Amino acid sequence: MEQLVIIGNGMAGVSCLENILSHKKKFDITIFGDETHANYNRILLSSVLAGERSAEEITINGLEWYQKNSIGLRLGVRIIDVNTTIRTITGEDGSVTRYDKLIFATGSGAFIPPMDGVYRRNVFTFRSLDDTHGMLRVAATGKRAVVIGGGLLGLEAARGLQMQGCEVTVVHIVDTLMNNQLDSTAGEYVKRKMEELGITVMGGRRTAAILGRDEVEAVEFSSGERIPADLVVIAAGIRPNSDLARKAGIECGRGIIVNDFMETSDPRVFAVGECTEHRGEVFGLVAPLFEQGKVLAATITDNKAPTFEGWKPAAKLKVMGVDVFSAGEFLETAGTDVVRYEDLATGVYKKLLVRANRLVGCVLVGDASDSNRYMDWLRTNADLEVRRRNLLFPDPIADKGESIAEMPDSETVCGCMGVTKGRIIQAIHEDKICTMAQLKETTRATTGCGSCTSVCQGLLKAVSPDFEEDTKKVLCKCVPYTQDNLREIIQGQKIRSVQEVLDIYGDGTGCEICKPALSYLVDVVWCGDHDEDRSARFINDRVHANIQNDGTFSVVPRMRGGVTTPDELRRIANVADKYKVPLVKVTGSQRIDLLGVKKEDLPGVWADLGMPSGQAYAKGLRMVKTCVGTEFCRFGVQDAMGVGIELERRLENLFTPHKTKLGVTGCPRNCAEVTVKDIGLIGQDGSWQVVVGGAAGKHVRKADLLITVETTEEALDAAMLFFQYYRENGHYLERSYGFVERLGMEKIRKETVYAQAKEKKALLRRLQKSKALSSDAWLERKQPVNPTQFVQIQPLALPVYPVSLAALDTRIDTRMETREAVIQ
Amino acid sequence: MSWTRITTAENVPLREGRNVQVGDREIAIFNLDGRFAAIDAACPHRGGPLCDGIVTSSAAPSLACGPLKGHAVVCPLHGWKIDLDTGNVLKPDVQVKVETYELRVKEGVIEVNIPEAASRGIAA
Repeated sequence: MEQLVIIGNGMAGVSCLENILSHKKKFDITIFGDETHANYNRILLSSVLAGERSAEEITINGLEWYQKNSIGLRLGVRIIDVNTTIRTITGEDGSVTRYDKLIFATGSGAFIPPMDGVYRRNVFTFRSLDDTHGMLRVAATGKRAVVIGGGLLGLEAARGLQMQGCEVTVVHIVDTLMNNQLDSTAGEYVKRKMEELGITVMGGRRTAAILGRDEVEAVEFSSGERIPADLVVIAAGIRPNSDLARKAGIECGRGIIVNDFMETSDPRVFAVGECTEHRGEVFGLVAPLFEQGKVLAATITDNKAPTFEGWKPAAKLKVMGVDVFSAGEFLETAGTDVVRYEDLATGVYKKLLVRANRLVGCVLVGDASDSNRYMDWLRTNADLEVRRRNLLFPDPIADKGESIAEMPDSETVCGCMGVTKGRIIQAIHEDKICTMAQLKETTRATTGCGSCTSVCQGLLKAVSPDFEEDTKKVLCKCVPYTQDNLREIIQGQKIRSVQEVLDIYGDGTGCEICKPALSYLVDVVWCGDHDEDRSARFINDRVHANIQNDGTFSVVPRMRGGVTTPDELRRIANVADKYKVPLVKVTGSQRIDLLGVKKEDLPGVWADLGMPSGQAYAKGLRMVKTCVGTEFCRFGVQDAMGVGIELERRLENLFTPHKTKLGVTGCPRNCAEVTVKDIGLIGQDGSWQVVVGGAAGKHVRKADLLITVETTEEALDAAMLFFQYYRENGHYLERSYGFVERLGMEKIRKETVYAQAKEKKALLRRLQKSKALSSDAWLERKQPVNPTQFVQIQPLALPVYPVSLAALDTRIDTRMETREAVIQ
Repeated sequence: MSWTRITTAENVPLREGRNVQVGDREIAIFNLDGRFAAIDAACPHRGGPLCDGIVTSSAAPSLACGPLKGHAVVCPLHGWKIDLDTGNVLKPDVQVKVETYELRVKEGVIEVNIPEAASRGIAA
């Protein structure tokens, strides 16, 4: 087999290698990388710096990939010599490797402008993971960071450092930021955006020196002006790494000169990526490099035919909140028409450059959502004559399906990985792809910057016949079925315990994710007539209290409708005293919380309270919040308290997919805030509105109207119908707001309040059955499910060591007491 | 080392854990369907009560695993996963472990082998 050696383990080299592997011709392959990391996505370094991703998350090919493909990987070895006569390369470690074919994929290095002091500590370039880790070591809140260079990379570095808490200044040699991609107006828009983010921008300054004793302390400009700095990043551009090739006698300009087949001046030597110079151009962006890789793979595997004919430069700034896209030309020249849209207030700037009805360039700031369309016009040289009147404003599009349908097959969806719409459709059909994970694995689409994810998802949804089925998430790897499947299984196979489900359909053990979910499912499918297995429940549902950060528990007694009595309050006060409860707090749900109760005290606390469990620990009915209503309020038109208490009585002690909070309010002033409850009843003069799917937590959502009814009994029925419907169709841990959005109100109304009488009755009957089999969990104080449910085990005998008798006596005493407790 | 009689086996319910104070050590004992395991009671993360956790498999979830796989417990506070056989923290990826103890069941009574140092609390 021919020996193929690749110098450079970066994105271009490895991507080319992936393409080579997809051809028939096989090589004995060795790849050298001077970094010690496996292949990673260099474009995402800025998100590592910003703390959005970890180093592992940007790995493209892990070590196992190299093993799987039998590729010899030599990491941390810099190649110092290439001998094209005897066809060997020599590593810094002295190793000599022979080649039949050699690929330079040496990439580029940071261009360091002439200035003093660049070797001081805490001065970085921004090219590699090591650079990034170095910066992260120094970056911290309050540190002053100066980024030299206001280009793409500099701005990304600036934002990343700012996310780490640094005070960041970007210094740029001219006034226009990203002046290789933007005109001066666009540059000004970007500057304003950066300043809005809190980054200082200093244009028109040449850095003369980096000052400091050992570590950097300040940056000095040619004007003599100085600014303080704890950390400096030089991001002033890149330079192709072509010295090694030049030394070996291979023809080089700025980079290693390649022809359209990616061949160099030596017939056995090839080059790909940022180290190359093609038709006088060098490259600094990823898309053309992938294209080069494909061409080179064909050339080197005896399929020489495809050519690389240059690339329309396109750049996207990956800074959260600052959309910038530039492609093709960006400066007005004679004979070019300019189409411009500007809105300083919103920071949106769009400019298209058109020549002879063809798009030759575009600049977008503040809104880059149309970049795919413009890029496509550019690449295909599309005739725009008929669209000239609305170039910036696409025809209104009714739905996403249409916009995807409108896209030609040749249009690139994933710019980072160079994946077209046609390729994705082909993969969906040929490889039977139905999930995003499979799509990523097969085509690599979305694995770069990820901004094309929604388009890819849309395509998958539109094209794959099995999409619906396969994107439904399986509950867990332990029981790889969807929750809907599991309900069918539990019902159809008449399975009544969690362990049975796990034994037959799962791994036999389960985990903390699936066991509580299965516990819920068997309970709701059998309306409470299941085999309860407490070991599958979270601790809260084993001891009916909410575990706190110190392992103690919180106790919230039920106080229906938020209505209590002096007697209850006295008992609560007495309990707080007797059990030395560290904190008594009024909750947001119109109840009282006793916090810091020890597990072994729970049965005593409950007994002394003499109140039922408020289920404040459970994924179940929490409470019904009420206002005073007609009872005392001058404005009340409905009996909110009475109805709220009744509703709570009817639904209490039942489990739901997630916690469920209800509210009843006696007039449209809505003092009980029921429009942000899972189910709310709004009293009106002579009627009730029943609303569902409200939330006021991590998500805030106004509830949707389920139905308006005249009588209180109808309102209660509507609430109960939705409650049971949610119990039967909600996914475990899905709040009602997500549930309502997933199913849609129309479907929910159709299957609850507008359902046929027979179906409504069946829903209510199942609710009633569950209700009949449920009970106040705190009664387990009298009949614990096992002798040690609440009691701490004491050793029967102490270790046999010489011990003081006094200490032993006290131990035995406590033991005796506890033993009695166990027996009771 | 000393074998200490703890409690009758049925006091630790199937697939659950229970705490016991032995000398100055708090130990969590688990009933793993046919065998028992004992480890230090406190989660090395924030001291969460491991005995209150849900028992799971120590292997990555896979239907291929047979019945012989090991067990782990997931701390109820923040989801750290501790191997009940080795005491190693399995999740997150940190190089921390908790103490494990030898355990046997003799005439229906669980006995744990406590290292000598455990007696300090009592002997002092």
